[in-house]
Amino acid sequence: MTEAPVLEIRDYRLNFNTFDGVYHALDGVNLAVGKGQSLGIVGETGCGKSVTVRNVLGLLPSPPAEVISGEILYNGKDMLKVTPEEMQKIRGIEIAMIFQDPMTYLNPVFTIGTQMIDVILTHQKALDRHARKNRKEAKAHAIEMLRKVHLPNPESQIDRYPHELSGGMRQRVLIAMALSGSPKLLIADEPTTALDVTIQAQILDLIAELVEDMGLSVVIITHDLGVVAKVCDNVAVMYAGQVVEYGTIEEVFGQPKHPYTEGLLKSIPHPGKPPEELYGIPGFLPNLLTPPKGCRFQARCPKAMDICGTPPKNRNNAAHDRTVLCHLYEEGFADA
Amino acid sequence: MLYMIGKRSILMLGMLLGLLVITFTISHVAPGDPAALAAGPDATKEMVQEIREKYGFDKPLVEQFFIYVGGIFEGNLGRSVYTTRPVAQDLAVYFPATLELVIYSILFAIVLGIPMGVISAVKQNGWVDNIVRIISSSGVGLPMFWLGLMLQLYFGLQLGWFPLGGRLDLMTDPPTTITGMYTVDALLTLRFGVFVEALHYMVLPAVALSFPALASIVRVNRAEMIETLSLDYVTNARAQGISKFRMIAIYALKNAMLPTLAIIGLRFGWMLGGTVLIESVFDWPGVGLYALQAITASDFEPVMAVTLILGAWFMLTNFLIDIIYGILDPRVRARA
Repeated sequence: MTEAPVLEIRDYRLNFNTFDGVYHALDGVNLAVGKGQSLGIVGETGCGKSVTVRNVLGLLPSPPAEVISGEILYNGKDMLKVTPEEMQKIRGIEIAMIFQDPMTYLNPVFTIGTQMIDVILTHQKALDRHARKNRKEAKAHAIEMLRKVHLPNPESQIDRYPHELSGGMRQRVLIAMALSGSPKLLIADEPTTALDVTIQAQILDLIAELVEDMGLSVVIITHDLGVVAKVCDNVAVMYAGQVVEYGTIEEVFGQPKHPYTEGLLKSIPHPGKPPEELYGIPGFLPNLLTPPKGCRFQARCPKAMDICGTPPKNRNNAAHDRTVLCHLYEEGFADA
Repeated sequence: MLYMIGKRSILMLGMLLGLLVITFTISHVAPGDPAALAAGPDATKEMVQEIREKYGFDKPLVEQFFIYVGGIFEGNLGRSVYTTRPVAQDLAVYFPATLELVIYSILFAIVLGIPMGVISAVKQNGWVDNIVRIISSSGVGLPMFWLGLMLQLYFGLQLGWFPLGGRLDLMTDPPTTITGMYTVDALLTLRFGVFVEALHYMVLPAVALSFPALASIVRVNRAEMIETLSLDYVTNARAQGISKFRMIAIYALKNAMLPTLAIIGLRFGWMLGGTVLIESVFDWPGVGLYALQAITASDFEPVMAVTLILGAWFMLTNFLIDIIYGILDPRVRARA
């Protein structure tokens, strides 16, 4: 990456203080998204994908969340340190977020129009304190946005309540709402997980189309490797609160280095492959209340060695921004 | 919406009829001879018989029931053996007094309870929350009449800030009866001194009567706000830049108001029953005191009339709550 990244997360450590003890949710996460690029974050449920990006917009309640170290740099500004006023000018205007379940992310007692207009007016006010409220203009903008996400009949749909729309339609509304402030960076937290397969493809196409149109940088979180392959330039594979492998799609999916990535790719079912031959990585995610010393994957790793009891370091490939967090590559690795 | 109101109205009429049957049956099957009581201890058998025939106690139960129901449609609730006046006439005097007390109590509970619940939820586990929680648990636990007595002792006797009981000073001329509610009548007849005095007399009984309602409103509202604030659509609203105040006061509160409203409705209904205790403590000449006298005198018809009014009141408040529910929640409208 020659240009400075839009979003860069450095050595990000975060704990949750729970009744049962300290939950070490994130342990030294490093990520970067370049301008106009799209990054996919993949990993199992509970590996810290969502937690990594929630605090980009200050959305993790603290307590229980506690940031131990690290920075989240958006255009060089540390998002962990911005004031609430500054955050107000970033949410939805610079960085927008869409979420997993469109069923629960819209307020059930307001029409989608009311909610969208509210968001649009809030953005106007954040940018210019003295801006006069113009509901009519805001409504026109909302309809425009709904048209952009291909919601049929936006003029009449805008007065509907969320429960009157289908899941796919709601996700379109949420995308329209998120993009109404013309953000530069879109964070999509499992945007298709709760949708039917056919709708998933439509929504992904829509996101890809809008990204192209608006020149957005994107972070997509998913546990669906197909989604990443379809829309992303780069991919970060997360395991138990760490990024274990990072690189371009071709590199990571073509020649996985980390044993976890290998296992993950091997476990994708293929049509024609008999079900008894389905592969699964044996074992479970470690309990992060008491994370293992050293490599967090060692207990499940087919290539575990004695040295895995000590924490591995990130191994960079000098020519690329490719990293692998594994003792296997202590000596560095050959270019793919 | 109209369909919903129509449906609920028909339901209410059915329930009212059921209530009539139940109150009539209970009061007429209960032991105790009203005729003998009315005639007095020294009455001869002939005198008792005469009274029995005069009030129709000698007719079969079913016939008495139809006479009773027929009478109600003509506005005839029977005659009190104890006060010797028609029950309807008695109620016209006592009911407004009680209604006034109940309305002030519920307003007090709502106006204080909802902000308390909201603040308590937002500042969860802070000192405000702790104080609010002590008040609300004691409100649910303390017997109302005891609280009434304590208020009377401390603020009435010890400090002398408020009168001990009654609706106005004995020397004050009550305002001309328009609604029967002194504060309203005083305002309508422009007697502001009397208005202030009536309010002054209202404070202690209204506070005592409102306390259990206040407590449950606070508890429900607090719990609902805490729950609502953790929901996905609140996270989404925050991610879109909606301000914290707006999110709490509008986005979350409108949702949290739904269960709170149910409790307000229930409490508003119960309050009328609670007046039996409070009115005897504060010597408030209302329906509660009237009912108490009628019960101790085995005076059937006033007891039945009061029960009927309490029941109808309960149904009416629930009917109103249902309608407000429909206004607030589009999903209720859709289901009705």
